[in-house]
Amino acid sequence: MIYLDNSATTKPHEDVLKTFHTVSSKYFANPSSIHRMGGQVEDLLTKSRQQIADLLGVGSQEVVFTSGGTESNNLAIKGVAEQYKNRGKHIITTQIEHPSVLETCRHLEQMGYEITYLPVNDKGEVSVNDVKEAIRPDTILITIMHVNNEIGSVQPIEKLAEIVEQYPTVLFHVDHVQGFGKITIPYGHKGIDLITISGHKIHGLKGSACLIKKQHISLSPLQHGGAQEDRVRPGTENVANAVSLAKAIRLALEEQKNYHQLQELNQTIREELKNYLQVTINSPKHGAHHILNFSVQNFKPEVLIHAFSDEGVVVSTKSACSSRQNEASHVLKACGKTDEDASAAVRVSMNANQSQDDINAFISAFKKIMSKYEKVMG
Amino acid sequence: MSHIYLDHAATTPLHESVQEQMTSVMQNHFGNPSSIHFFGRDSRKLLDQARTTIAKSINAPFTSLIFTSGGTEANNLAIFGSAYANEQYGRHIITTQIEHHAVLHPCERLESEGFDVTYLPVDETGQVDLNQLKEALRDDTILVTIMSVNNEVGVIQPIQEIGELLEEHQAVFHTDAVQAYGVQQIDVQEMKVDLLTASSHKIYGPKGVGFLYKHEKHHLKQQVFGGEQERKWRSGTENTLAIAGFEQAVKVLMEERESRNTHYQALFNELIAQLEKQEMEFSINGDLNNRVSNIVNISFPKTEVEMFLTNLDLAGIAVSSGSACTAGSIDPSHVLKAMYGEEDERLYNSIRFSFGIHNTLDEMKQVAEKIQPIVERLKSLS
Ligand SMILES: Cc1ncc(COP(=O)(O)O)c(C=O)c1O
Ligand SMILES: Cc1ncc(COP(=O)(O)O)c(C=O)c1O
Repeated sequence: MIYLDNSATTKPHEDVLKTFHTVSSKYFANPSSIHRMGGQVEDLLTKSRQQIADLLGVGSQEVVFTSGGTESNNLAIKGVAEQYKNRGKHIITTQIEHPSVLETCRHLEQMGYEITYLPVNDKGEVSVNDVKEAIRPDTILITIMHVNNEIGSVQPIEKLAEIVEQYPTVLFHVDHVQGFGKITIPYGHKGIDLITISGHKIHGLKGSACLIKKQHISLSPLQHGGAQEDRVRPGTENVANAVSLAKAIRLALEEQKNYHQLQELNQTIREELKNYLQVTINSPKHGAHHILNFSVQNFKPEVLIHAFSDEGVVVSTKSACSSRQNEASHVLKACGKTDEDASAAVRVSMNANQSQDDINAFISAFKKIMSKYEKVMG
Repeated sequence: MSHIYLDHAATTPLHESVQEQMTSVMQNHFGNPSSIHFFGRDSRKLLDQARTTIAKSINAPFTSLIFTSGGTEANNLAIFGSAYANEQYGRHIITTQIEHHAVLHPCERLESEGFDVTYLPVDETGQVDLNQLKEALRDDTILVTIMSVNNEVGVIQPIQEIGELLEEHQAVFHTDAVQAYGVQQIDVQEMKVDLLTASSHKIYGPKGVGFLYKHEKHHLKQQVFGGEQERKWRSGTENTLAIAGFEQAVKVLMEERESRNTHYQALFNELIAQLEKQEMEFSINGDLNNRVSNIVNISFPKTEVEMFLTNLDLAGIAVSSGSACTAGSIDPSHVLKAMYGEEDERLYNSIRFSFGIHNTLDEMKQVAEKIQPIVERLKSLS
């Protein structure tokens, strides 16, 4: 099987598995226990935190371990909203965020917050000027994703950071889940306050993730309990996951050097798809190379996905969390696509080391499917 | 030096078969269970199997489990989730003074938001008084949260009786069964609980996973927002690896729970016999007739707990003074405080021993022999 659904989840790296195995079998004690067995585990936790901080160029106390990208996004957004509600209750985001951001914002709306959902252009990009104009005296948070998980559009995070930096009372959160290990953002930038990274999207393990939280920010915790993670995130620490996340982050940054090769692969697929009148390419030309979204007229996405499966190629519908429903993608609708295209989207998502052979296999599978289909349609 | 680990209430090592199961899952099943293709369906199958096994272990329906990132999250979801979902019926909550911080702190938080919380006292044996609970119940009580087994002293609360008492009351009944699951048979129907928390790393499973059992008739206000996982009670890509490990831990638990209890009781008896043989002065905190087999909290008069722990650690014995989350700073235990009052010296000279499947009778002997000179030395200092 050729796996081209790396935006849903990735196959864990061998070294990550080894790390997890070693730590979980040899260092099981509770790092909060004061005996030496606990102390050793606490050292491991401290080291992983430091390693991640060093790799990203942030402070080690700025790395908060969580159970996933969803929790990190919830913690960032709800945490800021609650903590800084006396400053104001206005939050800015975009219409194309992941549900873990959008649903959290909708919840806050019910709690009396005001949310501005900025539109995007047909390339899936938010306008820097729109963001600037949306900022009000009572704005406390801007939360904008880096790389979109459905179409791969890339937001101008650095430019946005420069703007936000000019507003000392406005915090900036970046959902970096799909961008990490592909496209760098300036982690240490003073204009960026909170960054979400999820392990299972970068060949790490599910349930391993972190939120980068700059030191000057306090977050109201999502959960209350023990004093772990500086009280921001209670619960017995999952040290084996923390160490394996550090490993996954290091490997992903090393393998980022191969990312540029995906441009050619992306281009190869586009060239092929262009031969078919019934295909619309939904991903913008200058988006991230690893994600390519397209719709085929009169083809239900599940049908297409199963047809690909039969040819040994794994692709997906818009996004895993909602792939069970057939409704139109909120991202494609925001980009101005027709309902038809927005309900028919199929996504190819590559890892940093995807090979030309894999893409060739995808293309021949696609050709085969289309020729069968053309026969049927006469 | 090899350590003698007697801190299983803080956390347990992975069971060998759990380690094996996880290794196999890691290598062969990585898909996102929400994906509709082969890899997704394959992971969904694992997830469904685990849910079936674990639900069965507490006699609950398949759809009643909500997987979380651990016991703390499950307690928080239970407490905030039901408080916010039932606010229109009242804002009164009943709990006890001896709960884990993952229950106490959410309750305190709700108090600061205007909820009214009654913290029931316990007697010297660590027991809640049912009459006091009855008296505390009000028309506007919406939640009662009482732990099944205390993590510091191992005392068991009469959960089923409380469940029966609350049957006719509107209040949702939650129990933190994190320390009970490994040693007690749990049947949510019989216990008449509405919500129940368990955590994998206390039963030889991996860290980072737990569950909240939720009776279908109850609604919770969602706490973590996003995708539609866990029927939207808890969003986020499911941690299939940890959940599969948890399942294996539960499988072994169901086979071995009884024999484990026998083993723990033997370890307990041996430890006490050996301490007596050393002619040491000590007393057991809690209730000898109403405790779980794997936790014992012992007071050694005229010792000072911090130095005691350091000495034990140097002697290769890993124990703790209370719950690990508070152990970092040795504040006197809120549990012992509730049992004995602020001034009692047992607050400052008590140690928790918690047994595990790998401990041996000989280790109990070694522990008693190593403790004896330490206690003598500490007593001479006092
Ligand atoms: C952009 C984006 N943000 C957040 C998430 C949520 O991350 P997790 O699956 O680790 O909860 C995902 C993936 O599902 C994502 O693609
Ligand atoms: C009684 C009790 N409840 C809750 C917890 C918290 O569970 P977890 O460590 O899985 O968050 C613990 C253990 O720390 C506990 O002993």
